[in-house]
Amino acid sequence: MLTQLDNLFAQSKSQNRAILIGYLPAGFPTQRKAKKIIKAMIDGGVDAIEIGYPYSDPVMDGPVIQAASEEAINNGAGVSEVFELLKTSVDFGAPSVVMSYWSPIEKYGVDRFAHEVAKNGGSGIITPDLTYEESNNWKIEAEKNSLNRIYVVAPSSSNDRLAKVTNECSGFIYAASLMGVTGARTSVSVNAKQLVERIRSVSNKPIAVGLGVSTSQQAQEVATYADGVIVGSAFIKIVQEFGAGRNGLKKIKQLAKSLSEGIKSAR
Amino acid sequence: MESNSVKGFDSEIVGHFGPYGGRFVPEALIAALDELADAHVRAQADPEFHKELTNLHRTYTGRPSIITDARRFSEYAGGARVLLKREDLNHTGSHKINNVLGQALLTKRMGKKRIIAETGAGQHGVASATAAALFGLECVVYMGEADTKRQALNVARMKLLGAEVVPVTTGSKTLKDAINEAMRDWVTNVQTTHYLLGTVAGPHPFPTIVRDFQRIIGVEARQQVLDLTGKLPDAVLACVGGGSNAIGIFHPFIEDKSVRLIGFEAGGKGVETGFHAATISGGSPGVLHGTRSYVLQDKNGQTVESHSISAGLDYPGVGPEHAYLNDIGRAEYRPVTDDQAMYAFSLLCKSEGIIPAIETAHALAGALEIGNELGKDATLLINLSGRGDKDVQTAADYFGIPL
Repeated sequence: MLTQLDNLFAQSKSQNRAILIGYLPAGFPTQRKAKKIIKAMIDGGVDAIEIGYPYSDPVMDGPVIQAASEEAINNGAGVSEVFELLKTSVDFGAPSVVMSYWSPIEKYGVDRFAHEVAKNGGSGIITPDLTYEESNNWKIEAEKNSLNRIYVVAPSSSNDRLAKVTNECSGFIYAASLMGVTGARTSVSVNAKQLVERIRSVSNKPIAVGLGVSTSQQAQEVATYADGVIVGSAFIKIVQEFGAGRNGLKKIKQLAKSLSEGIKSAR
Repeated sequence: MESNSVKGFDSEIVGHFGPYGGRFVPEALIAALDELADAHVRAQADPEFHKELTNLHRTYTGRPSIITDARRFSEYAGGARVLLKREDLNHTGSHKINNVLGQALLTKRMGKKRIIAETGAGQHGVASATAAALFGLECVVYMGEADTKRQALNVARMKLLGAEVVPVTTGSKTLKDAINEAMRDWVTNVQTTHYLLGTVAGPHPFPTIVRDFQRIIGVEARQQVLDLTGKLPDAVLACVGGGSNAIGIFHPFIEDKSVRLIGFEAGGKGVETGFHAATISGGSPGVLHGTRSYVLQDKNGQTVESHSISAGLDYPGVGPEHAYLNDIGRAEYRPVTDDQAMYAFSLLCKSEGIIPAIETAHALAGALEIGNELGKDATLLINLSGRGDKDVQTAADYFGIPL
């Protein structure tokens, strides 16, 4: 069964364009404001949403998302906020997935977690620290609930490894553009393009590039060769600097619009 | 970056101990973990490697470490014979050097020039800085800001040895957060850098590698006890934070079914208070820092901050092999409170003239308990994993000695 996310990628492929994926941790800065931020992102042109599960030990994240996660946790965000924000995002009309470190999913119960994601309209889960060797249980539950399993691959992944991991992916393949943690970079590494080319040689599934993209120009560049562009820290930084009042939300929407325009002008 | 695989090494075997262990890490690190596992398997099969490491241990570490018969201390332990395996006499003052020298040799073999390490009490950081100086490697040590304060002496030692010490200010500012920061560094610099993990936790192959380099403690001690007493000990005792000194002394006794293996976790202010670091006694199975094991976490899967007077045991996780040994009933794990540990600390100082690390004092408190349970005919082997010079400030504060 195809998910909303699968349909989105099929549609964008027929329109010969890449999609824009926005990331926000649940409950950041508060759950009420998070809902407004998601709305502003979608209004500005974000096509799909990743709801982050704020986790106490985010080893793949840079200072911006670390601080946001900590703030969300301190404001009481947990598993219920993740599911609630997921539903909100889906109700706003954007195909949405959860992005979570494995610890909280395993604690909640993989079967229950998968069931809740599906029940709230989610298309799948991005699992940045789950290796496919540890995925047996998740694979069963994902199939049972018709969810996409989205793994992250990196420039250091061997060709053999890329083939194995991408074979397990559905929805899209998350290509980490560089060796490092999340956060805006002044330039998107040349590694990203090379990695996408290497993935193309072993898989014909959609590929979205994340890590380091923050400007319209970067988004445009990535959209020339990838099927999706993922932006997280840049949105969060706006909230950290300007809050999520009228001004902050306006800036969120503006960033989404300029990223989206960059992507649309890429091909 | 293709890893050269050798015959007999299968990267699909991901280091499970029953349901525990494995790899829960970003794909970015898989190639490096494979490379490391590969280097370890090759080294273990290479007599030259063993020769080099043995020589280093003899001429640099000071191995084999001796056994001390703690006769006066034993009077407080129900009269049981108490044998101390003196890892505190190793160069740098603890068992940590055993693993560090082994991994430093692996680093050299992998052609990497930079090592990073996490440290809690500072013992592993000092050992890593020492090995880096010895082998001419660049060394960065991540240490929780809270720990840099309670272990200021070790911070100075690391700096004297030429290492850069990075205070970690995120989260609880302790060992857990130092590991997070080291992982972030490793993800970014993995091509040039080896993460010299100090305990039997983390993703495969770390729990196996660190255990293999710490086994020397138990291998030596088993023979020493046999030579001294003509029989195996009734129980082997060690403190458990991540669990490297404990697995090191336990492992060679696992097949000796008559020998009880008992680990003592940091009970802090008491497991019932929630202020503790007794992961097996007071935690539940979960995933932390790349491995599945017992973890202190809340209902949302968030890691709960641990508490212990001992920086080296102040960690909300534990090595996966300990989790497995606990579940199959081969080893037992008990909590020891801060107060119990400090009582045993003081007792060893005054009865034997040995100032132990506060970490180790947890095992000594355990010896008092087990000795009284088993009585005077029992022989207890205790891993005296480290010396207490670094803890003088903390102990002076605890006992109200003005400095």
